[in-house]
Amino acid sequence: MTTKIVVAYDGSDSAVRALEYAMDQAIKAGASVVVAHVLEWSPYTFLTPEEIEERHARREDELKRAKTSVIDPALEKYAASGVTVTGTVKYGHVAETLARLATQEKADQLVVGRQGQSTLSKRFFGSVPMTLAQTTPIALTIIP
Amino acid sequence: MTHFRLRGALAGLAAIAAAPIQAQTLDQQINDAFASSTGWFVNFIFSPFPGTSFPWIVAWLVVAATVFTLYFGFIQFRAFPHSISLVKGDYSDPDDAGEVSHFQALATALSGTVGLGNIAGVAVAVGIGGPGATFWMILAGLMGMASKFTECTLGVKYRNEYADGTVSGGPMYYMTKAFAERGIPGGKILAVLFSIFCILGALGGGNMFQANQAHAQIANVVGDFPGWITGIIFAVIVFAVIVGGLKSIARVTEKVVPFMGVMYVLVALVILIMNADQIGWAFGQIFSGAFTGLGVAGGLVGALIQGFKRAAFSNEAGVGSAAIAHSAVRTKEPITEGFVSLLEPFIDTVVICTMTALVIIITGQLVSDPNTGLYLLDEGASTIQTVDGNKGVALTSAAFSSSFGWFQYVLALAVILFAFSTMISWSYYGLKAWTFLFGEGRTKELVFKVIFCIFIVIGAAASLGPVIDFSDAAIFAMAVVNIIALYVLMPVVKAELESYLSRLKTGEIKKFH
Repeated sequence: MTTKIVVAYDGSDSAVRALEYAMDQAIKAGASVVVAHVLEWSPYTFLTPEEIEERHARREDELKRAKTSVIDPALEKYAASGVTVTGTVKYGHVAETLARLATQEKADQLVVGRQGQSTLSKRFFGSVPMTLAQTTPIALTIIP
Repeated sequence: MTHFRLRGALAGLAAIAAAPIQAQTLDQQINDAFASSTGWFVNFIFSPFPGTSFPWIVAWLVVAATVFTLYFGFIQFRAFPHSISLVKGDYSDPDDAGEVSHFQALATALSGTVGLGNIAGVAVAVGIGGPGATFWMILAGLMGMASKFTECTLGVKYRNEYADGTVSGGPMYYMTKAFAERGIPGGKILAVLFSIFCILGALGGGNMFQANQAHAQIANVVGDFPGWITGIIFAVIVFAVIVGGLKSIARVTEKVVPFMGVMYVLVALVILIMNADQIGWAFGQIFSGAFTGLGVAGGLVGALIQGFKRAAFSNEAGVGSAAIAHSAVRTKEPITEGFVSLLEPFIDTVVICTMTALVIIITGQLVSDPNTGLYLLDEGASTIQTVDGNKGVALTSAAFSSSFGWFQYVLALAVILFAFSTMISWSYYGLKAWTFLFGEGRTKELVFKVIFCIFIVIGAAASLGPVIDFSDAAIFAMAVVNIIALYVLMPVVKAELESYLSRLKTGEIKKFH
């Protein structure tokens, strides 16, 4: 029995379809939904002294922007659906962070959209759904 | 706009360069004016103890590093594994992701210190003090780790945090805030003095020395030409970054520099492996030179002074600049930045500087008497004769090129990038000192940035001697003031250390990975 679904959501078309699918499932099963937006971030990049100084302020801005322009509209859209929908914004490696979040939330399904990255960058870095397909700790659904 | 300016400047340069005689005189004029106006300052900082040839400033740094090493119970060795865990992110809360990581803080601070000191400075040290200088340099690097630990912990603990989320920190802030907190007078005076010296250090070692050696390196590859041309090109690019906000250049450099650093060490390692049979002999030279001098000017003391001087100039331990860089990092535990920062002198001096010295020694750049084994001196009897008469960065370049001919081009590129990233870092340190003295504000900041760019031209045009002397003097002057403050405030760091270590033991400070 599904009780909690985590959806990777960045506002893109495929993410919107993923969320629609997750909501569908949630209504049928009476589950709750966590809308997760992950900002790509590596602790091993290089910054200038100025960037270091401004980093904290910029992080607050990014979190605020992600909340108001990505998460809030999604939550509003399904406010009247009767399903408990919560939102969260995280930093980190997208696939790893989603997997960790799913475990922390004790969710039993993870839903991601098949993203529209170019073939070249996929070949070099692998896509989020591909990485998750190999590492997911719980049931994973990839929405085209 | 920038593009247009650059093109105009280059066209102008080409026209002026057509008159080389005039240009040489201009270099000479700048050089003379520079030497005569800074001489007294240099003489004061490097004056020896009466009746000896031992500069008091070198003793000042070494005594401080020794005191901190003993006071914190050889913290640089005890905390070394923990420092590595911190940098790896083992203790970073995933919920804090998106903030500056320990790795990023270390990388940024390192790209401010790893640079010409490691390439040109070491060549100067070995060229004057002989192989023995390397031994004292490594020792100074190991001891300096404790100084760095002390100053960076204080830098984070007493920084200013502003409403917009930005932070300003550094010795001038712990001097004022921590002294006031503990009711000790004189903090304000120290802070003002430190800021003045920091501005001079930014213009000297953080700027003129860099421009000067970058020019030497370029001239070494493409042939001799007037230094002010290099100076103006550098000045225009630095201006575009720090005034024009052309962050893309800075960002590219910050990313390329670490790879250049790694590549430098790798090539040095390959050269050492190729000459593996000589490594034992090289270390023999380093040890016997350290205690006998092997005929260098000033003997044992000469080798020791050169080694200590170059180590301090390269890793900046006790100088206070790293405290400015690290204080911008958000962390709940100030002492973690101290732990991370103690890796800097290790990487900078014990690893990278030693590589340079070994390559110079092993490739046989220094000329010694085959009968006595003592090094032969130049006519002035102050520097050791080298195979091709090279000194400074040209000596390092010759040493590396003797194994790989193409390396001089890579080195030229590395020197330019290192010089550039060090200038960007020091323009930030200098600016922080400037705003501490004069207050924040666009016009005030612009004034400093323009002065900074003018000094690039002066540095590139002046000859090596006066520039190195002034660079050293200004940076060591920062250490004079900073170390007084570190002595006064070291109990604060000890309290932090004990509290942190006990919480680490009880598991209150968690490992996340």
